[in-house]
Amino acid sequence: MFESLTTRISGAFSSLRGRGKLSASDIESTCADIRLALLEADVAQSVVENFVTLIQEKSLAALPEMQSGTNQANAIFEIVNKELIEILGGAARRVRFAKNPPTVIMLAGLQGAGKTTLAGKLAKFYADQGNTPLLIASDLARPNAVTQLQVVGESIGVPVFAPEVGSGVGDPVKVARDGIAFAKSKQYNMVIVDTAGRLGIDEELMKQARDIRDAVQPDEILFVVDAMIGQDAVRTSQAFLDGVGFDGVVLTKLDGDARGGAALSIASLTKRPIMFASTGEKLADFDIFYPDRMASQILGMGDVATLAEQAKKAFNTDSAERLEKKFESGEDFTLEDFLEQLEAMSKMGSMSKMLSMLPGAGAMKKQIDNFDESELVRTKSIVQSMTPIERRDPKVLNGARRARIALGSGRKVSDVNSLVERFSAAQKMMKQVRNGGMPQGLGGMGMPAMPKAAPKNVPQKKKSKSGNPAKRALEEGQ
Amino acid sequence: MGIFTKFLSKIKGASSLSNSDWEELYSELLESDIGPTLSRQLIDEARKSKSDSPEEGLHQILLAHLSTQSREIRRAESGPTTILVVGVNGTGKTTSVAKLAAYLQGQKSNVVLAAADTFRAAAVDQLRTWGDRLGIEVISGKDNGDPASVAFDSAQVALGQKADFLIIDTAGRLHNKNDLMAELGKVKRVVEKVLPINEVLLVIDATTGHNGISQARIFTESIGVTGIILTKLDGSARGGVALAIEAELGIPIKWVGTGESEGDFAPFDRESYLRGLTQM
Ligand SMILES: Nc1nc2c(ncn2[C@@H]2O[C@H](COP(=O)(O)OP(=O)(O)OP(=O)(O)O)[C@@H](O)[C@H]2O)c(=O)[nH]1
Ligand SMILES: [Mg+2]
Repeated sequence: MFESLTTRISGAFSSLRGRGKLSASDIESTCADIRLALLEADVAQSVVENFVTLIQEKSLAALPEMQSGTNQANAIFEIVNKELIEILGGAARRVRFAKNPPTVIMLAGLQGAGKTTLAGKLAKFYADQGNTPLLIASDLARPNAVTQLQVVGESIGVPVFAPEVGSGVGDPVKVARDGIAFAKSKQYNMVIVDTAGRLGIDEELMKQARDIRDAVQPDEILFVVDAMIGQDAVRTSQAFLDGVGFDGVVLTKLDGDARGGAALSIASLTKRPIMFASTGEKLADFDIFYPDRMASQILGMGDVATLAEQAKKAFNTDSAERLEKKFESGEDFTLEDFLEQLEAMSKMGSMSKMLSMLPGAGAMKKQIDNFDESELVRTKSIVQSMTPIERRDPKVLNGARRARIALGSGRKVSDVNSLVERFSAAQKMMKQVRNGGMPQGLGGMGMPAMPKAAPKNVPQKKKSKSGNPAKRALEEGQ
Repeated sequence: MGIFTKFLSKIKGASSLSNSDWEELYSELLESDIGPTLSRQLIDEARKSKSDSPEEGLHQILLAHLSTQSREIRRAESGPTTILVVGVNGTGKTTSVAKLAAYLQGQKSNVVLAAADTFRAAAVDQLRTWGDRLGIEVISGKDNGDPASVAFDSAQVALGQKADFLIIDTAGRLHNKNDLMAELGKVKRVVEKVLPINEVLLVIDATTGHNGISQARIFTESIGVTGIILTKLDGSARGGVALAIEAELGIPIKWVGTGESEGDFAPFDRESYLRGLTQM
């Protein structure tokens, strides 16, 4: 049976924590578990062997100095975490901007890796930061790849250089070269070149990729790879490295359930950093890749840092600040605030994705995957059917009022009841958070209480470094 | 170059293998994405096999783990045979739909295509381009429209025209997205108001690792996959995950894709698949 990397590894560690004083053989058996977990997650064999050997050596070497019991297990966990971050590429690297614009980014990869969608995401990402990107449609092979890029470009308001219809017609090298000239003449400060998917073993098409490269002189060549790739990652990434070369890696489809394997393999094998992660079909489902956050997700510690950032983006600063004040002064969080947050949350993207960033989410994978996104809409409609007074003070909600709300929102009275119940539970949870504790579990899943716009203002004890990993991630995310 | 060539020359004709040879064989199986657990099991079985040579033994064991289900197209008893093509993003669904249509057309069948990927930008145009190339009618609806209604319309057209086959292309979707999987269920239910669906073909990319099993399992649970199209076998990936799927779920690979043109497509042949997998 397939079990996710996270579940396997946390399993290995919880059994390790359960033991008393650790022996060398405990470490060996944990390493064997980790080996199997990594292989099942499609990490390349050679990478697995190196990684496990390293962990084993370091753990065995540290064993005599470790204190007994849980601390030993935690020390080993820390070793694994550090090594994971290390092979995932250490610190995040950003795109190098050219001294003389335009900065040219060229995409390369296998068929179906997700290059065209990614081109759009990159363009949006940089346009949102005030750049003026131009997309170049140099995938003239796949039927209607050019049209696809045009539709994407239009939806984000980024121009697309597409002199050829594609679908087998036109010279991609010429399009690329002309595109650069066009970008220079029109003073775009960034160019993103979409290319056709090709196989590493297709010599002819690899040569074409080199020709495109030589024509556009990219500042960055990004190798785009599907997170679900298996052992072929080794051969294919090497072939692209030899064939065109690349400076960074982009992982796509990370919103699937194949976390980790390809990332670990490719970063470690090619010594090229993973720079971006693509996590959904919407153009906003995209971010810089943070090795430490990925490691923390693999180890089941969640990704609170990303969650906090997304929240910061989605919530407008005014309302966020008002909420923070309320929060700090101990004022009650009302259904009105809640509605505002629900609205902001819809902007953040899929709920299950956000939930999966919470620490311990690994253990609730099933529930999270089954999260019904339309529940948000239904919840919203119930709150919208309340009067301002009711929203501010749910205690006034008697039977008649509840019946009216149910009618107004097209839901059952029991739905209204359960929302109100869950809301007061969430209110309690908020108080708990304010008083310094992390909420246990995810609370009412149908009504996720988003405590804060950003955790930076949560009053926290700065010193606690090693305790609750969730807390630590929160601190480090500041 | 097959993955086993290097090693195989060593064991070719050998009547027995050392422990480290077997371990090497295990790691070769892993390398083709068969997965650690199944690879271990296959090696254990091959070691116990009474065949003349380890090589022959392993081949027999691999054969024994392939699905025993028929690999023929399940045809409708009357009316158009309806095929729904599904899979995660970018595996080669649209291309496979076109290839399958070309293949059936080559057998003098009458085919209608449905562009039920209303989600991805230009997906409908992509299938239309194929339709124009092959001279096959493509039924489509509005962009961002309801895929189920496109599929429904296409079923009525296929029925009305007395077509031999209706092949429905769908949007790529990750199997862990419940809402999108539910949408697929709806497409199926709506089509079945007009025509029973005879085949649900899941497109698996040969470069996929262990995740392919998860894909196959969840797509099967939600809409009952009846066969697999294994694509991109022209690359350096051997597609061992398909063997793992057959062994674990019993779903047969029915077709393989070996390139980007309509001719790069063939019914699954187990001997040549296993040869590709092991170079034996
Ligand atoms: N080399 C090779 N490429 C293939 C094969 N099948 C499909 N492709 C290519 O893979 C890419 C993606 O194929 P599509 O048919 O668009 O995939 P899809 O599953 O419909 O993609 P979405 O609808 O976006 O999910 C295209 O560039 C195809 O030409 C194959 O067997 N071999
Ligand atoms: Mg498609």
